[in-house]
Amino acid sequence: MASKSTQKHTFEASLKRLEEIVSKLEQGEVPLEDSIKLYEEGLALSKSCIEKLTQAELKLKKLSKDIDGNFQFLEEESE
Amino acid sequence: MALEPVALTVTEITRRIKHSLESSFSSVVVQGEISNFKRHTSGHIYFTLKDDAAQMSAVVWRSRAPMLSFQPEDGMKVVVTGRVTVYEVRGTYQLDVSSIRPIGIGELQMAFEYLKRKLASEGLFDPEHKKRLPEYPERIGIVTSPTGAALHDMLNILRRRFPAVEVILRPTLVQGSDAADDIEAAIRELNEVGGIDVIIVGRGGGSIEDLWAFNAERVARAIFNSGVPIVSAVGHEIDFTIADFVADLRAPTPSAAAELVVRDRAAILANVRDNWYTIHEAMIAMLSNRKEHVRNLLRSYSFNRPIDLLRQHSQHVDELDRNLSSVVSHRLALLKSSSRSLYHRITALNPGLVLRRGYAMVLREGDIISSARRLHSNDEIEIKFNDGVVPSKVS
Repeated sequence: MASKSTQKHTFEASLKRLEEIVSKLEQGEVPLEDSIKLYEEGLALSKSCIEKLTQAELKLKKLSKDIDGNFQFLEEESE
Repeated sequence: MALEPVALTVTEITRRIKHSLESSFSSVVVQGEISNFKRHTSGHIYFTLKDDAAQMSAVVWRSRAPMLSFQPEDGMKVVVTGRVTVYEVRGTYQLDVSSIRPIGIGELQMAFEYLKRKLASEGLFDPEHKKRLPEYPERIGIVTSPTGAALHDMLNILRRRFPAVEVILRPTLVQGSDAADDIEAAIRELNEVGGIDVIIVGRGGGSIEDLWAFNAERVARAIFNSGVPIVSAVGHEIDFTIADFVADLRAPTPSAAAELVVRDRAAILANVRDNWYTIHEAMIAMLSNRKEHVRNLLRSYSFNRPIDLLRQHSQHVDELDRNLSSVVSHRLALLKSSSRSLYHRITALNPGLVLRRGYAMVLREGDIISSARRLHSNDEIEIKFNDGVVPSKVS
């Protein structure tokens, strides 16, 4: 679950950061060297966002409890 | 001869009546009209149940009063469930009420209105309790029937709009007497399991009876107490449920709920590509700007100024040099003329010149003798002429 939560909201954070970079670069007040760093970061973010957005498969899991009352996720055929 | 009947005490007969009545009427359902409705400060509720020809006392003990699904009033026709009890001290009997429901077509509606008013007054529907839905949920909990069309519709929409999500289905009953308990448990479990960004609770449309679980107080409270934002998605647009009022967002249908929780990835994708393009363009523009800027700098007045300054300085040096030479030569000229006049004056004083004009100079032991009185007889002297010296002796 830990890896899940670190992975969590990275998409949202990536999008926000990307927009931040766009507005910084558009204002054009960033020194050239920083601009190049922002540019590279922006390209990497765009790439990872696009990858995420074009991911095709929806994951469906069924929540249930085992005999001891612990939660378990059963993978479902996603129709 | 008849036996004298044994006299019973009042207590004894009352006890028998009590036993007889309470065992015969241990569970009754009685229909009547409410009158003299009174909620005592103790919390117990007293009223009279009557019809055209008879009446009886009824009581709802304080412990049961909160379970009433509506607010009873005088004149209301109701069906009461309970048992008959005898109050020995007064020799009266009464109906010990376990539940009351209003009679008629509006029965469920009335219960609905009552619960709605009650929860509203407790603040369960207040806007300040509404949680914001996450913009990009990655794990979506769904509480619905695993076999219903609602689930199918929601999954279809999610697949179409934003398939990069994980759906955690907690299958539940969505109608029948156990549905409310099951839905309540499902909401609680999805909160407990953690990591869920948003929960959709719903089912397809149906009659008011079919949707009844979504009007249950326990479901309303489970939704209110959920830490995860909840979207209600019950039935078709005209069917509002209590769940709709208490949910953080109400969707008219399960499909609409799915549309509301995820954004359209095509739009986001277009947006990301726009951003990428903008960054790229901005970078190119910036680089060409910088190039132009460098070119301008090379041409600029300020950049060329050092050379300019150098030229100015050297010009200044030349000028100084010129000034200096003119001062010096002026001085030289002055010196020359003054030395010339000195020369004339000095040469004018040259004794040789005087001698040349015919004068002679008398010297004694190298000293010039300019007075006759300084000479004595027999002094050895020299007489200096222009062209030579003649040794002589004073007579």
